[in-house]
Amino acid sequence: MRFLKTAVAAGAAAIMWAGSAFAQGKPAEIKVGITTFLSGPASVFGVPAKAAAEMIAEDLNKKGGIGGVPVKVSFVDEGAGGEALVSNYRRMVQDEKVDATFASISSGSCNQLVPVAEDLNVMNFMWDCGAASILETKKYRYNFRTQANGTPEMLAVLVYLLKVKPDFKTIAVVNQDYAWGRESWEIFSTALKAMKPDVQVVAELFPKFGAPDYSTEISRLLALRPDVVLTTSWGGDLDTLVRQAGQRGLLQQSMFVLGIGESSIQRLGKDLPEGLIVGARGDHWFLHPEKKNDAAFKAFNEAFKAKTGAWPIYPVYHMAQAFSALQTAYDKAIKANGGNWPTREQVVDAAAGIEFATGFGRPVTLRPEDNQGLEAQLVGVTKSVPGYDFKVLDNMMIFDPKVITNPAGVRSVDWLKTLKPEFVKMDVPAFKP
Amino acid sequence: MNSTLAILAILDGISYAALVFLVSVGLSLIFGVLRVVNVAHGSLYAFGAYLAATFSLAIAPLSPWLTYPALIAASIVIGVICGGFIERFLLRPLYGRDDVLQLLITFAAFMIMDNLQRLLWGVQPIFAAEPLKLLPNISVFGVNYTSYQVILLPAVAVATLFGLRYFLRRTLAGAVILAVTEDREVSTAIGIDAKRVYFVTFIIGASFAALGGALASPTTSLVPGMGADMIVLSFAVAATAGLGQIEGTAHTALMIGLTRAFIIYIHPEFEVLVPYLLMVLVLLVRPYGLFGGTQVRKI
Repeated sequence: MRFLKTAVAAGAAAIMWAGSAFAQGKPAEIKVGITTFLSGPASVFGVPAKAAAEMIAEDLNKKGGIGGVPVKVSFVDEGAGGEALVSNYRRMVQDEKVDATFASISSGSCNQLVPVAEDLNVMNFMWDCGAASILETKKYRYNFRTQANGTPEMLAVLVYLLKVKPDFKTIAVVNQDYAWGRESWEIFSTALKAMKPDVQVVAELFPKFGAPDYSTEISRLLALRPDVVLTTSWGGDLDTLVRQAGQRGLLQQSMFVLGIGESSIQRLGKDLPEGLIVGARGDHWFLHPEKKNDAAFKAFNEAFKAKTGAWPIYPVYHMAQAFSALQTAYDKAIKANGGNWPTREQVVDAAAGIEFATGFGRPVTLRPEDNQGLEAQLVGVTKSVPGYDFKVLDNMMIFDPKVITNPAGVRSVDWLKTLKPEFVKMDVPAFKP
Repeated sequence: MNSTLAILAILDGISYAALVFLVSVGLSLIFGVLRVVNVAHGSLYAFGAYLAATFSLAIAPLSPWLTYPALIAASIVIGVICGGFIERFLLRPLYGRDDVLQLLITFAAFMIMDNLQRLLWGVQPIFAAEPLKLLPNISVFGVNYTSYQVILLPAVAVATLFGLRYFLRRTLAGAVILAVTEDREVSTAIGIDAKRVYFVTFIIGASFAALGGALASPTTSLVPGMGADMIVLSFAVAATAGLGQIEGTAHTALMIGLTRAFIIYIHPEFEVLVPYLLMVLVLLVRPYGLFGGTQVRKI
């Protein structure tokens, strides 16, 4: 009996010790440092994304956090750019000791911060930047891209165009004169040349980033009369171009393709006519045909609109994907660690190859070979419907990321050159609004 | 390039030049009189645009035609309030001190106003096209133009140029400003209130910057950072013309507008370079600008 008492006491003590050890292993919070544009023209993406991050973190914490640990977010303004951005990022990692970072929107920022994250051994999710080359030139351990890159984003738009308007003969491009404008056109034109070599490029226009006036470009396009005009511009630049082109009849004369126009639809309102092709940098649309009746999706969209006055746009969903990836990686690492709190390295190990779902679109997979996210792409055409004072998307196609993303280890441009005209014949179901 | 395209390019060039002139002339006027390189000029342009859009959006439901006086009203409000504040409280204490201080203080004003702009109007692009939509399109060789851009803006620019010339050369107030520009000490000695002249001139210059923004607002999206872009272009125009040269600013704006338009038709990849390439070429040959002359420096 005495032995039994001693054994019970020892057992209880052991359980208490183990419990105490487990509790000590858990941090008070998971700190996440986020770089996003809070100033400059790209704040049209960065500010909604920040609002989304705050909403998602708050919601996550209400539900008990990740593995029982609350998430705390802090932000760095990407608008500072250059050395200031790198310094702030280092401060966030080394002084604030964040557990993970989400960086960044701009590919330029990603190019700067990815090597820094690798040096500092901190898990970084490239949550919105699109330059394919970042993960094509080097294999990283700590850096993951939780969304697609420019290659599937542009290829989906091109395939959509070739499906709905297969007989066009001439095309012109009006892109912003900076890395994305140039790179997106390289992707688009390389694939176009491979799949429809008879198309003539009649004008390649790269007006200054932030240009307030496109009158001359529009005059030239009105005189050239191309069948198709592509633009991958965004923000105020895209709004200005579309409005000025609409006022002068160019939108009616040529078929316009807005490569990443989803984020401008609400602002353009009635100035955006029907029949324009619009890409969404992922399968992001607040009326996503496969999710629009989902209660959680609707609740998130409505809460976001109540908070910011606008329906979510793609960077909001990209931010949600980064959080979802974070949660999935931690959950997987905790499970792999027998329920104990994992080390940072264990979380990084767990992140490779994960599939995660935000519930706001199709699931995303982080390809283990290069940490590139495989994300579906939604493309549609603008249409008026009752109940909205802006155009919505019709005839939506959602492209399978495994089909339209270059294989790991093959550079985008090299892969795009191998595409054949038959590539367009892929079966993609179309959805009504 | 055939003659049809050349005519289209000329129309585009004139339209662009009109807007560039309206923005640059204020900068040139302020430098001409106060000898201050006003870096906050870009912010005054942006504030003019945002306030004009705010007024237009508010008043358009009453009558769309009221949006035109709203553009003018916004320019005057910004010129008087912001321009007056900058001159009275930031620049006046620094007159007679190192020029670098004036540059720094206006740069500080620019940074503050840039942030203030985001606080007041947010970061989402704003568009208020009512004044532009009121006027019909015109067709030139089958190419549509908005008469707002190819008729109204150039007309306002020409009216501004001749109005300013008349004001400076034919009115007493203009003569007083020119006297202070010529020699502040002598004009003060004969009883001219130089401080008041500086104050009024700065307000006029600031109002022109705001007018440029207000007139641009119906044609373009208003976004954070728009002031920074415009200040760089304004400096290029003003420096190419020769700082303080009103007519020179008009000529240079036209030269830059036309060259840019032709370049877009012929070699669009050089579009961004045009104003700065012209500036470098001109300053290499004429360091005081196309219309500037060498000046005697008091030591």
